[in-house]
Amino acid sequence: MLLNAILKRLLATVPVLLGVALFVFSLLYIIPGDPAALIAGDTATPEEIARIRSSLGLDRSFWVRFAEWLLQILHGELGTSIFSGMSVSHLIGQRLGPTLSLMSLTLVVAIVVAVPMGVLAAWKQGTMLDRLTMMGAVFGFSVPVFVVGYLLAYVFAVELSWLPVQGYRPLSDGIWEWLRHLILPSVALGGIYIALIARITRTAMLEVLSQDYVRTAKAKGLGQMNILFRHALKNAAVPVVTVIGIGVALLIGGAVATESVFSIPGLGRLTVDAILRRDYPIIQGVILFFSMVYLLVNLVVDMLYVILDPRIRY
Amino acid sequence: MNACTTEFQTGGQMPPDLFEAERPRGPIALWVRHHPAIAWGGGLLVLMACIALLAPLITSYDPANMTPMLRGKKPSWAHLFGTDMLGRDVFARVIYGARISLMVGFAVAVIATVMGVAVGIVSGFFRFADTIIMRITDGLMSIPPILLAIALTAISRPSVTNVIIAISIAEMPRMGRLVRGVVLSLRERPYVMAAQAAGTRLPKIILRHILPNTLAPIMVQATYICAAAMITEAILSFIGAGAPTNIPSWGNIISEGRAVWQLRPYLVFIPAVFLSITVLAVNLLGDGLRDALDPRMAKRV
Amino acid sequence: MTLLQVEDLQVHFRTPTGVVRSVNGLSFAVDRGETVAIVGESGCGKSVTSMSVLRLIPTPPGRMAGKILFEGRNLLALPEDDMKAIRGNEISMIFQEPMTSLNPVLTVGQQICETLRLHQGMDANQANARALVMLQLVGITAPERRLQSYPHQLSGGMCQRVMIAIALACDPKLLIADEPTTALDVTVQAQILDLMRDLQKRLGTAIVLVTHDLGVVAQTAQRVIVMYAGRKVEEASVDALFAHPMHPYTQGLMDAIPKLGSSLGSESRTQLAEIDGAVPDLRKPLVGCAFASRCSRSTVLCTQTMPMTQEKASGHWVACHHVESEKTP
Repeated sequence: MLLNAILKRLLATVPVLLGVALFVFSLLYIIPGDPAALIAGDTATPEEIARIRSSLGLDRSFWVRFAEWLLQILHGELGTSIFSGMSVSHLIGQRLGPTLSLMSLTLVVAIVVAVPMGVLAAWKQGTMLDRLTMMGAVFGFSVPVFVVGYLLAYVFAVELSWLPVQGYRPLSDGIWEWLRHLILPSVALGGIYIALIARITRTAMLEVLSQDYVRTAKAKGLGQMNILFRHALKNAAVPVVTVIGIGVALLIGGAVATESVFSIPGLGRLTVDAILRRDYPIIQGVILFFSMVYLLVNLVVDMLYVILDPRIRY
Repeated sequence: MNACTTEFQTGGQMPPDLFEAERPRGPIALWVRHHPAIAWGGGLLVLMACIALLAPLITSYDPANMTPMLRGKKPSWAHLFGTDMLGRDVFARVIYGARISLMVGFAVAVIATVMGVAVGIVSGFFRFADTIIMRITDGLMSIPPILLAIALTAISRPSVTNVIIAISIAEMPRMGRLVRGVVLSLRERPYVMAAQAAGTRLPKIILRHILPNTLAPIMVQATYICAAAMITEAILSFIGAGAPTNIPSWGNIISEGRAVWQLRPYLVFIPAVFLSITVLAVNLLGDGLRDALDPRMAKRV
Repeated sequence: MTLLQVEDLQVHFRTPTGVVRSVNGLSFAVDRGETVAIVGESGCGKSVTSMSVLRLIPTPPGRMAGKILFEGRNLLALPEDDMKAIRGNEISMIFQEPMTSLNPVLTVGQQICETLRLHQGMDANQANARALVMLQLVGITAPERRLQSYPHQLSGGMCQRVMIAIALACDPKLLIADEPTTALDVTVQAQILDLMRDLQKRLGTAIVLVTHDLGVVAQTAQRVIVMYAGRKVEEASVDALFAHPMHPYTQGLMDAIPKLGSSLGSESRTQLAEIDGAVPDLRKPLVGCAFASRCSRSTVLCTQTMPMTQEKASGHWVACHHVESEKTP
């Protein structure tokens, strides 16, 4: 029964992915101006421009090229880098580890910090604690990720030298080394995510805490922690989990900037380098990849709803 | 059987109040007290806008003027924020940078709102258009906004206009979704159906009945879009996909200061603080508007 | 034997628009095993009164004063932990909207067993067994299946039965019912009231029933307290109240009950009788009798001095300066 639902939802994401692929692919064609010339640069010779145009497939029919590209994708091949000639899929595979580490660590830390924060703020609504927490959340929302990154790096790495300024160590180098290099980037990246989750948690909890069944729970003499977490939070879980899923988009976007600040050799850096060189196939491939990740995450979120709320059945 | 054996012996008057009386306050002070977010956010924003508009009056330096002799000077009375590595006055660049950020923020907010409202209304009223539009917005929304903006700016000439267009396209789906939601819920309301039954033409229905009810959530969402646009523009400029390098956007200034930030941290932090304060102001304003306009926020007693 | 004694209860709330004086000096008592009804219209303070017994009033915006003595202990002065031990255990409460008063993400069984495991120290098996017994007691069919049900799978009447089951699971001495049937259909209403009467006979629980419906009062209560603008205006046994209402407000309430065939009588009443005027704004401090502006008997005395409650007949207390001794409805 559940498997059925999962399969149905997976199937539903295919047209969306197709749409994304179409969109990303057709940008090259619909943007005014000559993308090949743009990519080649102002000092390029006509031969170079022609070479780029043919490697992008701009000299052939749109639909033919699109179909070829789709076929390529089904074989796991996302394109070829203009600059280096290497397979985009290969490049993505190389850089996946650091980005995945950063994003998953940030995700875990953010949830562990933000949810209790939101619950506490809702419980102590109106008090100084609540106001401070929410002020903090607005700050976390407003200060851009790379600003936080530089601030943390300056204080903890440059001044105090507690943590490394930049770089990345894979898990194989030992878990402490891996962690050490990821702490500052995670906190920087997580700032906005924590702010978002804490705010939604608080809003959802406030809504739930004003419900009749919380009054009933109190009238039964249940303890505060029991009421907050077993009775209230479970009901507030749906919007919280929803925003955690949507916030992954923020994580992905923020990873691009964070990896620049902390010199982490991940997908974000790959994208930034690709921008500088206008290596469009890489950008295309990365976008497609991240969109797929995002859609999968939201699929998991949808499935979680069934566990969290007995009223939801697919 | 026991009834009221004890009663207030105050001889026929009401029992005393349990709360002390509140000090009466003037109307402005009261408004500020009840709407701190709007007051602070709006105030800071107005301040930033003034700084941006009055830039030529605040500083006599030209932000693009390079004086290689004065490269990398620390802050002094002559150059309040020092000079960057090309000899440009940082203070002037930061002040003029306000113009870029505010312009991008407002322009994106307006464009995304207008486009979003149009899309939302069409989608809400016409079923066949709805399915198509929803598929498209689903697709657009599954691409993280920054990546979308990057894709758009990577294949066009660097300019502030292109940045504005790119970010607007990235933020528009959310506004469209919001308006569509409101339209869908309002369409079923009795007074709208009554107007339709009376033969009122569609544009009039939209103008008279639908739009006024969407104003509140639109305004709140527009402020959030403005804040997001400013941050996105800064990130884009920071990674080199945004405004052209000669234009003093805060993101650009930070990006340029990156190379020497450990020696001259202020080159990064000063524009960062300005950016943060501006975005904070807009977010506060948005929060304040949301609290003030949302009827459900009235506390239940 | 007095179980509950409320003395000079005051509950005020600070709101953005001013201080609302919900309850202003209310005193009454409840004996073991008796059913006392508190009647009044919306805003008279009856719900606030019922919630203040279990200290469910949120105290940042609210403040309470006075005494609520339960078996001699002042509940308003008790530490919170002691209060928690009493809630759901010695004093229970059921509310107006049964469908929203149950937690949607927990099963019926879980919600009943909670109190049993907390207050009676039962383990899972014992609690489940007792929960089953309770469901049977409140008349729910197929109780084993219902233990695993979620609230959204139950009807309004069934939800209220479950609420009663939860409330009575630990065999409390006092049950407070805040408008338990207002949100239910009339037929279901009758069933629930019958159930409550039946359970009271069997378990000997005292009940404080808050309602605005005089019909409900007539069916279930032994004694009635009429509240207006946060104060008690009349208190009597059910028979005495219906036979000889003395306070002009109570008389107005009785008159307002539509009677079958009233339009056929010689008076040919085509309009429902109503009480002129409106309930006073509780944010303004009241001087004199709160009902004075709507009362046909009011005099200058009424607008200046608040009437004290006096025993006008045996066990019949009224707060009015101008009580008429006989007025049959």
